[in-house]
Amino acid sequence: MQKLTIEVTVNGTTYRREVEPRRLLSDFLRHDLGLTGTHVGCEHGVCGACTILFDGEPARSCLMLAVQADGHTITTVEALAPDEKHLHPLQQAFREAHALQCGYCTPGFLMSLLPFVETHANPTDEEIREALAGNLCRCTGYQHIVEAVKLACRLMHAPQEA
Amino acid sequence: MKPPPFEYVAAHSLEEALDALATHGWDAKLLAGGQSLIPVLNFRLASPAVLIDLNPVRELAFVEANGVLRIGAMTRQRTLERHEHIARYAPLITAAMPFVAHPQIRTRGTIGGSLAHCDPAAELPAVCLALDATLVARSHRGERTIPARDFFFGLFMTALEPDEILTEIRIPPMTPDTRYAFREVARRHGDFALAGVALTLRLDAEGRIQSPRVALFGVHDAAVLAESAMRLLDGATPSEELLREAAHAVANDIEPSSDVHASAEYRTHLAQVLTARALHDALAQTTE
Ligand SMILES: Cc1cc2nc3c(=O)[nH]c(=O)nc-3n(C[C@H](O)[C@H](O)[C@H](O)COP(=O)(O)OP(=O)(O)OC[C@H]3O[C@@H](n4cnc5c(N)ncnc54)[C@H](O)[C@@H]3O)c2cc1C
Ligand code: FES
Ligand code: FES
Repeated sequence: MQKLTIEVTVNGTTYRREVEPRRLLSDFLRHDLGLTGTHVGCEHGVCGACTILFDGEPARSCLMLAVQADGHTITTVEALAPDEKHLHPLQQAFREAHALQCGYCTPGFLMSLLPFVETHANPTDEEIREALAGNLCRCTGYQHIVEAVKLACRLMHAPQEA
Repeated sequence: MKPPPFEYVAAHSLEEALDALATHGWDAKLLAGGQSLIPVLNFRLASPAVLIDLNPVRELAFVEANGVLRIGAMTRQRTLERHEHIARYAPLITAAMPFVAHPQIRTRGTIGGSLAHCDPAAELPAVCLALDATLVARSHRGERTIPARDFFFGLFMTALEPDEILTEIRIPPMTPDTRYAFREVARRHGDFALAGVALTLRLDAEGRIQSPRVALFGVHDAAVLAESAMRLLDGATPSEELLREAAHAVANDIEPSSDVHASAEYRTHLAQVLTARALHDALAQTTE
């Protein structure tokens, strides 16, 4: 059986591991690196639970092979909170706006939305719903997630007080 | 589910990819963005012995505008969506891109992968038909250019031979007076379309329609040109009557299938309504 050695930078740490070519990137993160924040729902690209940032852009980790991440940079939900006591403003907004119930879909939503909230100070509902369209949530009905995105944009783009 | 075992070959140049393809032939599959192929492997609908990864092939990812617009097969869909050459010389592509899956999928998905995959409901094959694109294929036997209208055969079937790699898409730049429109109906934003249309046309000095190209998707084995509608439109003066007739005529050019999402009758109806609306869009467009 073919095994390949790959070097991947995840959340700032560079890991060197041997993997089988058929290892999905999502399973590599969860099983080989123990980063179980990235969730797996459908394994065919539809639900968005496995979304990570690949070289800074949101992508489905269930639709990539671990070997393809060799030499690349990945950010997972584990990197969002600055420390144990504080949440990222996007996480804070999800919590305050009740944008999660079971939380299964949440890591995927957060990683999909991170670039969006960073670049939008005051998005319309329409823009937010479009940004959400690639992620499924079976609990919330999305309305609270839309509210959370608005709140996150306000928190992140609030004029800094001196 | 997980993919069955396979051997992985990372190609670092087109030559390496062609060598690997020549060596492994029928047992091999090319891996582009993986946004269609990996689900197929995860479902175990295919079990190729070898995957040849085109992602490291730098020379296949480019957008160049030099007389013709040339797009490398490995250009990401997200790049197409944002590229200024595309917006300038092929704005129909820019208009269609938000409808291709979701941003997270477009980050990885490529133009070449979408065309080679040939999903009947995919947007990009229809866009290539409407733009009169030419596709370039390479193998050890040489290079071949294939007009888009001879490329899409049917469900997941194209003119590509097993030893060929789609390398580039060539598009005649849209002139400033070219009008265009893109419309589709999908159950949810980002889903594959139930039906859709991409079209281009020009108006001559007398206001008559010239070189109309009406391409439909989701309503046939593969993306298809609505030749009957195009014949009615070519050289004709736009009127409500003409648009209605042309839209009606697309029924002759398509053979939609019925599935859980929509019946064939509903798809035909959608194709007609969307064609009429897209023609209105194009005629209402202001050009330079
Ligand atoms: C949830 C979801 C929703 C989607 N929705 C849409 C949608 O609405 N519209 C749409 O159009 N697409 C949609 N897609 C598909 C997506 O656009 C794919 O990216 C695209 O169809 C395939 O491109 P790829 O680069 O990922 O190719 P891959 O998946 O890597 O390859 C697809 C096929 O093409 C072959 N191939 C790839 N490149 C070449 C080449 N250069 N030469 C020869 N053969 C090649 C491969 O061997 C394979 O058989 C969706 C996908 C997902 C997961
Ligand atoms: S697990 Fe990857 S999209 Fe559902
Ligand atoms: S919170 Fe349960 S699936 Fe979204």
